[in-house]
Amino acid sequence: MRLAAQLVDLEKHYHLGEHTVKALRGVSADFPEGDYVAIMGSSGSGKSTLLNILGALDRPTMGNYILAGYDVGTMSDDELSEIRNRRIGFIFQSYNLIAQNTVLENIQVPMLYRRDARRISAADEHRCLDLAAKVGLGDRLDHRPFQLSGGQQQRVAIARALVNDPEIILADEPTGNLDSATEKDIMNLLSALNDEGRTIIIVTHETSVARRAKRQIVMKDGLIERDGMLLTEDGK
Amino acid sequence: MLPFGNTFRAINLAFKSLLLHKLRSGLTMLGIVFGVFSVIAMLAIGEGASAQAQQQVLALGATNIIVLSVKPPADSAQAGGGGSRGRSFGLQYGLLRSDYRLLRGLPSIVGAVPIREIFSETRYLQKTPNARVVGCTSQYPDMNHLTIQQGRFIADADEDKLLNVCVLGAGIAAELFPFDDPLGKAVQIKSYRYEVIGITQERTASAAIGGSMSGQDYNKDIYIPLKTFQVRIGDRVATAQAGSFSAEQVELNQITIQVREQKDVLPTAEVIKESLTRTHGTKKDWDVIVPLELLRQADQIRQIFNIVLGSIAAISLVVGGIGIMNIMLATVTERTREIGIRRALGARRSDIVQQFLTETIVLAGAGGLIGVLMGLATPLAFEGIQWIVEHFVLDAATQNSPLSKMFTDMHPKINWFSLPVAFGISVGIGIIFGIYPARAAAYMDPIEALRHE
Ligand SMILES: Nc1ncnc2c1ncn2[C@@H]1O[C@H](COP(=O)(O)OP(=O)(O)O)[C@@H](O)[C@H]1O
Ligand SMILES: [Mg+2]
Repeated sequence: MRLAAQLVDLEKHYHLGEHTVKALRGVSADFPEGDYVAIMGSSGSGKSTLLNILGALDRPTMGNYILAGYDVGTMSDDELSEIRNRRIGFIFQSYNLIAQNTVLENIQVPMLYRRDARRISAADEHRCLDLAAKVGLGDRLDHRPFQLSGGQQQRVAIARALVNDPEIILADEPTGNLDSATEKDIMNLLSALNDEGRTIIIVTHETSVARRAKRQIVMKDGLIERDGMLLTEDGK
Repeated sequence: MLPFGNTFRAINLAFKSLLLHKLRSGLTMLGIVFGVFSVIAMLAIGEGASAQAQQQVLALGATNIIVLSVKPPADSAQAGGGGSRGRSFGLQYGLLRSDYRLLRGLPSIVGAVPIREIFSETRYLQKTPNARVVGCTSQYPDMNHLTIQQGRFIADADEDKLLNVCVLGAGIAAELFPFDDPLGKAVQIKSYRYEVIGITQERTASAAIGGSMSGQDYNKDIYIPLKTFQVRIGDRVATAQAGSFSAEQVELNQITIQVREQKDVLPTAEVIKESLTRTHGTKKDWDVIVPLELLRQADQIRQIFNIVLGSIAAISLVVGGIGIMNIMLATVTERTREIGIRRALGARRSDIVQQFLTETIVLAGAGGLIGVLMGLATPLAFEGIQWIVEHFVLDAATQNSPLSKMFTDMHPKINWFSLPVAFGISVGIGIIFGIYPARAAAYMDPIEALRHE
């Protein structure tokens, strides 16, 4: 089985004056293509730090992060940008849509930063419309974020995450701000994406969310405490 | 094709962001608007003043050399030259008819007009205006760019026959003859009457330039043949002043000399000076004025003015630029989150730089464009200022002074070259003052930026 991502003895240190905070202290994990992983753990255990590195927003202090065969730790800032643009789709807890843009424009943003094709072609436009329809917002294309509910905003974010057809979807507490009914809708969408073959890594506190994943990783003090099929769909 | 679409989209995006805060963008733009406007306006006014000065000097004739009689200082030993021979003779000074014959013979000279003038009361019926009575020859209008509106100018034949004829300036003609047709009527000057044979076209006064020429209003002149002047009025002019009687004896007040080409002007002026020094000795009762030289001086003064005015305008542009930078820094802070989002979605640092730099350039460019449009209205605005000055600042007496005339007759001339330059500078200001905020945005840590708020 091919690996979408691989972490080898990953460490991340933050220097605060003479103090050094070790947010990650040697994390190793494999993420096969098509995997669906929930990362859990108490606050401050290093979940977000790990996700940022997986998302090429940050570089590890030590160890290696191999993404699609490239060592991300040695890449330049521009190369990291390109990785984020083509291979990663982000979904945030607070949606992070651009306030002055419409739904359609928000979905298009990652297309503007493609290295090779910065112009939005008719086919691109079509793809955005399809994605908007897929997440159930085909009739809200001209709305601005403030005109949408939280669940609708997160759907826009999902469509945006998919627009450049990335291999990995990263989500940091995507349902943290949503009620349970909406949470279910969003999680159904993510499951559907996983069924299409996309690798999904999701940070969450909720067991109801973590249960939807195929595999759970529990973090503690910058280390992986447990890794495996800890929860199943039908409870336990 | 590709970069064009890109640029267009970037500009479109910038417009959108700026329109999100219309008032703020508008106020920020004002600095550049007024900076660009003042650059164009100041250059236009400088250009107008210089064009005016040039016109005045050219009116004196670029190929002309003006030789003047100068009254020597009263206490100088030479000045008494004639005066010591008795009151009846009066003070004798200035250019002589023999000087004229001498200078006329110099090489490279194509024309010379001797002039004798006095200020005198003139009369027609009840009207008795004061006028400058000028004795001159037929070449006078050519050299002084005078045109005849009615009748004809003095001819050589008038001089030979010592005819009592005169040509009126447009102004004095209107004063003497408010109702009648002046042609054929007789105007009294001193003890003789002169038949009006022509009237000159109105001509704007040539104001004092560099302080060496007194302002000359050709409209109040009355021209008579030089020989007639000599015979009827004479060289000697007596004036009763504060009870004492004084007299001056002057043969010619001025000789206007014309050379063939501009390059002959300066050498010929030197020769003239040498000749007059030889004949007049140490008696410095003459002066040589070279309009071409004045033209050069006027041009230098214009350059100085342009530099000074341009610098002031440049300062206001820089102030405008600082205003833009200030606002852009605030904008960058305000949009930290957006920057983080864009970076997470794949924007490179250069993309962020481009985004914010485009915004400053659009802001400055739009300001520059408005400034250029306002600059185009400079002549109109200046007319308004002239109207205010004429109606509320100047009183009747000062209105006719050469200085205020210079102001009220001045027309700003927009230097078309200054429009694209001023616009280009405003865009440049946008780039210079936009780079720092744009880089500040691009070098933010994307994770920090995403966490902002
Ligand atoms: N930018 C940073 N500077 C300093 N310390 C940090 C920074 N980011 C995270 N940390 C520290 O690293 C540890 C892990 O943080 P984080 O990954 O955010 O935990 P979690 O997401 O699991 O709550 C915490 O102790 C946190 O204080
Ligand atoms: Mg966290």
